[in-house]
Amino acid sequence: MATVTFDKASRIYPGTERPAVDSLELDIADGEFLVLVGPSGCGKSTSLRMLAGLEDVDKGSIYVGDRDVTHVQPKDRDIAMVFQSYALYPHMTVADNMGFALKIAKVDKAEIRQRVEAAAKILDLTEYLDRKPKALSGGQRQRVAMGRAIVRQPQVFLMDEPLSNLDAKLRVQTRTQIAALQRRLGTTTVYVTHDQVEALTMGDRIAVLKDGLLQQVGTPREMYDAPANVFVAGFIGSPAMNISTFNIEGGAANIGGNKIALERDVVGRMTDADAGKLILGFRPESLDRVAPNTEGSFPVEVVVVEELGSDAFVYGQLAAPLAAEGASVSNEGQVIVRVDPRDVPKKGENVWVKIRPGEQHVFSSATSDRLSDAVTTDKSAAV
Amino acid sequence: MALKITGAVDPELLDLPWSVPLETWPKDTLAALPRGISRHVVRFVRFRGRVLAVKETVAPMAKREFDMLKELGRMGAPCVVPFAVVDGRVDDNGEELAAALVTEHLQFSLPYRALFSQALRDNTLTRLIDALAVLLVRLHLLGFYWGDVSLSNALFRRDAEAFSAYLVDAETGDLHRDLTPGQRAYDIDLARTNIIGEMFDLQAAAELDDAVDPLEVGDRIEERYKELWNTLTEKQTYRENVRKHVAERVQALNDLGFDVGELDMTQTADGSELTIRPKVVDAGHHSRRLLRLTGLDVQENQARRLLNDMDEYRVVTGNEEDEVLAAHEWLADVFEPTVRAVPREYRRKLEPAQVFHEVLDHRWFLAEKDPSVTMPEAVASYVKNVLPTHPDEQAVLGHEISEFEDGVDAAGMPVAREAPTHTTMIHAWQNLPRTGQLD
Repeated sequence: MATVTFDKASRIYPGTERPAVDSLELDIADGEFLVLVGPSGCGKSTSLRMLAGLEDVDKGSIYVGDRDVTHVQPKDRDIAMVFQSYALYPHMTVADNMGFALKIAKVDKAEIRQRVEAAAKILDLTEYLDRKPKALSGGQRQRVAMGRAIVRQPQVFLMDEPLSNLDAKLRVQTRTQIAALQRRLGTTTVYVTHDQVEALTMGDRIAVLKDGLLQQVGTPREMYDAPANVFVAGFIGSPAMNISTFNIEGGAANIGGNKIALERDVVGRMTDADAGKLILGFRPESLDRVAPNTEGSFPVEVVVVEELGSDAFVYGQLAAPLAAEGASVSNEGQVIVRVDPRDVPKKGENVWVKIRPGEQHVFSSATSDRLSDAVTTDKSAAV
Repeated sequence: MALKITGAVDPELLDLPWSVPLETWPKDTLAALPRGISRHVVRFVRFRGRVLAVKETVAPMAKREFDMLKELGRMGAPCVVPFAVVDGRVDDNGEELAAALVTEHLQFSLPYRALFSQALRDNTLTRLIDALAVLLVRLHLLGFYWGDVSLSNALFRRDAEAFSAYLVDAETGDLHRDLTPGQRAYDIDLARTNIIGEMFDLQAAAELDDAVDPLEVGDRIEERYKELWNTLTEKQTYRENVRKHVAERVQALNDLGFDVGELDMTQTADGSELTIRPKVVDAGHHSRRLLRLTGLDVQENQARRLLNDMDEYRVVTGNEEDEVLAAHEWLADVFEPTVRAVPREYRRKLEPAQVFHEVLDHRWFLAEKDPSVTMPEAVASYVKNVLPTHPDEQAVLGHEISEFEDGVDAAGMPVAREAPTHTTMIHAWQNLPRTGQLD
């Protein structure tokens, strides 16, 4: 087991100017489960493949432990790419399916059996070791595939969208299994996904990338409570955070005449470049429904109501005309509100909502960077 | 969501039982074909006299693989032809079913397992590995990183003495401008691991002699790949007689079946030497030449064999001036009479070009006793003595799957002998060029 270090590592494809991965700096701790996440083209898979040795590192270096592997062949890096769904060999026993790579590496027979048995124990496959794959369920077959990588005892596991070819139900199931398994094994793991829910539920830490640049790295909680910029704020969380640009007048955001007070410190961090505007974000669950015209509240016109049983979400539009000109955020003016599923408003109705104290995310309109402190949602957990 | 078919312009595709999971499709829709090892449910389906391969997977993957195969086909890669993506499937209770990728089954092609179920000729295995090495090199030259190279993920067609391999499963692959050494090394390593696994499995099934060492077989793909890659791409430095060396290099590459698109020539610093690196465009040098001359679309080694015979014919008939005219005459006088001498009931066994190749072999065999043996005599003897004993491996269309009901092994592969089929279903025999139309 080992740490992994990206030291200003860049990948610049021939014939392109913008690096696919730009000076990535990332320290992954021994035994950590790190998820690389971002939209397509952000450089997450390229970063993983640089670590695997499948992509050249044009600048900078990559280390596994203390060893510089920047120019080492893939098979000599002591890293295992894990596929979720290997084809299993129908005539070989489960044990042979798991251990044949060791046989190729000429590992001693007794040692192979011992490693296979250890892996089978972790994977709950002990009683199936001498059976053929045909006798296994779908989920068990997947675990055999995992076993193939585990018996090799690599320093690092790499997984590139391993759940993408599973249907939705199996995906959720397998997600939990992989996360639990990684914790039991304690092997450093780098996992790539485009799905932020997968990232939040699986990773010890998450690294968000966009356009080849690392945006932020942190625990799921940190990413959720203190997104470093507007991009991360909009990317992490489902349904997404409400984000719009507003004129700031007298220390408050002006929403069509309704004033939302901002913290003095935050307003103090505005610069001339912000030109009197700030980007304000608030999560759907940070809104309380209040009586019309309550101080600090604003109306939202209901467009769609999504009822999920345990939850309900209003998809609406800021009822008052939108604030700042030259808005920089997509979906400006769109507001999602989590409401009591036993008390849902009707389409076309106006609901008045107020952001809970301490749950504003404020960003510079000039740089998109975060100005406010982390939101601490724990105190409102009971609501 | 309503059933949605992307790709194929054939409304009859809607008539297939898409509201049933592929695993339980009625047997009368299925074609019995030996299958390789797959992660997904894969079935061969009879469709308007053809065979389609249907694979269940999630919609984005199906779409991605469809586009990938299409792009690879456009680039001239040897791969199966994508037919359609079927999405929005629901069963009778409204439950969603997996999407399906539909590809056209490659005629006269066989998965490697089918070749092992016959008496294994000594060198079948090495010829399969060599074919896979050629395929991998060709794909790498095009910038395709496979990500899961194995015998199971390829199909094989007889090609004169050798085999030609075709890419079947592109789901793990990526196209790049150029592959990095790491990508190539990883593909080779995976190929080696997977092939060794496949050999272990064949031995576990008692289909492969225990005397065969799987590790040696695995090492062969690595050796063959490296040899071929180096021959095709290595830099050579010459001090003198550059023109001659270049011509020789190009000739050597052509002999291997590859065409040279361009040459990078760099003078060494002191100006005394020239370094040459060919940019190989693709394999298929001989098959392209044959197609241009005769309209026959055959595989590389078959083409080489046919061209040799044609060149011989030109010398014998003294028609050495006009290559096109000679080709025309050879087609009418030699090729067509030979393949048309094969009775209908045997036409399902082999492709015409493969028949011609075997007749040439047979004539050579007969000539040991009687050097004056003619082509018509050779073909008559071949049809009488050789062809009837040929295994029925090439044509598997038109069977009822129930014929194999009790004869399917653990991997879902029929173990029974296949029954005869109708030759009208085999396109290769219908598309023989008529000399009169060749102009």
